[in-house]
Amino acid sequence: MTSLNNTPKQATNNILEVDHLRVNFTTPDGQVTAVNDLNFNLAQGETLGIVGESGSGKSQTAFALMGLLAGNGLIEGEARFEGQNILSLNEKAMNKIRSEKIAMIFQDPMTSLNPYMKVGQQLMEVLILHKGMSKADAFEASVKMLDAVKMPEARKRMKMYPHEFSGGMRQRVMIAMALLCQPKLLIADEPTTALDVTVQAQILTLLNELKAEFDTSIIMITHDLGVVAGLCDKVLVMYAGRTMEYGLTDDIFYHPTHPYTQGLLEAIPRLDSNEGTLATIAGNPPNLLNLPTGCPFQERCQHAEDRCRKEAPTLEEYQAGKLRACHKPIHWEQAV
Amino acid sequence: MNNATNTVLMKVEDLKVHFNVKSDNAWPWQKGQTLKAVDGVDLTIFEGETLGVVGESGCGKSTLARALLRLVPITEGHVVWLGQDLTDLDKKQMRDKRQELQMIFQDPLASLNPRMTVGDIIAEPLRTFKPHLSKQEVKDQVRAIMDRVGLLPNVINRYPHEFSGGQCQRIGIARALILKPKLVVCDEPVSALDVSIQAQVVNLLKELQAEMSLSLVFIAHDLSVVKHISDRVLVMYLGNAVELASKHALYDNPRHPYTQALLSAVPVPDPKHERNKKIQLLLGDLPSPINPPSGCVFRTRCPHANEECTQQKPVLEKLSDQHQAACIRLAELA
Repeated sequence: MTSLNNTPKQATNNILEVDHLRVNFTTPDGQVTAVNDLNFNLAQGETLGIVGESGSGKSQTAFALMGLLAGNGLIEGEARFEGQNILSLNEKAMNKIRSEKIAMIFQDPMTSLNPYMKVGQQLMEVLILHKGMSKADAFEASVKMLDAVKMPEARKRMKMYPHEFSGGMRQRVMIAMALLCQPKLLIADEPTTALDVTVQAQILTLLNELKAEFDTSIIMITHDLGVVAGLCDKVLVMYAGRTMEYGLTDDIFYHPTHPYTQGLLEAIPRLDSNEGTLATIAGNPPNLLNLPTGCPFQERCQHAEDRCRKEAPTLEEYQAGKLRACHKPIHWEQAV
Repeated sequence: MNNATNTVLMKVEDLKVHFNVKSDNAWPWQKGQTLKAVDGVDLTIFEGETLGVVGESGCGKSTLARALLRLVPITEGHVVWLGQDLTDLDKKQMRDKRQELQMIFQDPLASLNPRMTVGDIIAEPLRTFKPHLSKQEVKDQVRAIMDRVGLLPNVINRYPHEFSGGQCQRIGIARALILKPKLVVCDEPVSALDVSIQAQVVNLLKELQAEMSLSLVFIAHDLSVVKHISDRVLVMYLGNAVELASKHALYDNPRHPYTQALLSAVPVPDPKHERNKKIQLLLGDLPSPINPPSGCVFRTRCPHANEECTQQKPVLEKLSDQHQAACIRLAELA
């Protein structure tokens, strides 16, 4: 198995290197492998999109990296953040890294804030705890950060409770909170899924600006390929816990070589095209407890042949920086 | 999809749905405030067409859907179904009418009774409205519709929790269609589904519509899905219709500033396009429907709003045969 990590040790400005990451859960029905052998690198200032349908393991990847897995979860493999394996750290050391260096934005801005605490207090708490700031300093720094995420009347908002905010504003608070310690890496788990399109556009514009300003690396987890197109440099397509395809955003969108990637791209109704019936991917997403033999996608794949049903394809680096796991990839006429 | 005819199925005139809401700390004798969920919508639904309704959360699109079937009390206005005003009917008469008017709900699992088998769920409308049918006839019809929506006959005795979201939505569709209704109101039928499953359900709805010459009212917040399935599209904002046009007119040439902003905000899965596009960002948040702005409801977030917009409430104006928009500055902005 080739992974990017084994390729020539060129520029090591990778701030995160994930190496053979596996997440297993012990459930009453048996062992479930939610994340199966994931490899990727993230350079400083780079944005990676992790795309997949529900149950593909994209959120569990994020939870594993943050040390937030449920009690029955078991991690294998390595994730080196600035050269240090963060998967084996104890709670105390992890707490130090969390939010100082790696921060996370959760999907549901409604439930991620403490309803009993004023928004300002929740923001200040981060700074007092991690940076040892005084209350007054923390207050000013929090106001500044709320301003930075374009919260109107930031000073006044500090004294309000989460329920007084709309969904978009709560997500801004979450982003402000995540950025308070100027983390090197921001993990965003479906940050705009619960929001309306116009609000989503506001948040995405904000993330793009922050990227440019603070040089933050972002892992963007989403099922919306449109969001990925606008924000990400690289894309990782996941299915049933495995990497299907990994590469630069433009390559994945304009020349997808994995049948699943292609199927996904064709199945979305698009604003910029007209009519026709939508191409569909037959069948349903697989049950992780009962995966098909061979390639996990073979039952739904139109190109599947005998070999696909028997042996699972390994993840191969078919071109520099591009990974794919498929026996029957799509070949594009013109060399990319 | 051009199976739309000129026969008017439903005509909605100045429909208003207002709710009386009391704040939690109000005294019992204090009057509540009025929440104007739908505030004066006019529209016509033709036979065989799909009318898409889009808007952001809180714009009143779901309330409008429910009002069409009289599932919420209508405050003012009329819903005329095939020449008969539904607001005049009593409960029993309305119930009879619901044979022709069916609904598909957003949450596929929550809209199915967990203690009934799939077969019973789909057969229930038949048993209610056609009690004279024999057991065998009911069974045959259930099997036929299950086959049509892509459910295998061997799942007939299973319970809803055994199914995935996409399959539950197929069950919901089968239940709505078994009485052969004329109009089906779909309230966000695919927004809870994964992309690959969403495409399957959208295609199924399109096929069924052509086959049974159904009219659909398709409510969604996803503008791309609405574009794909609709013949005409209604854009709503804070309980008001802001633009109503044929699909092509609306998407190729949006006229209302809100529609323009909404369309520019939709991310397109095309990296080059996304990097270079200009989004018209709307400032601020949706105002409260309890205390909507005076004049044009959109003026607080509209980049073109002026003094006049605070005074005068715009109504839908005809721009062409296919196109109506509600903005007093349309001519200047064109």
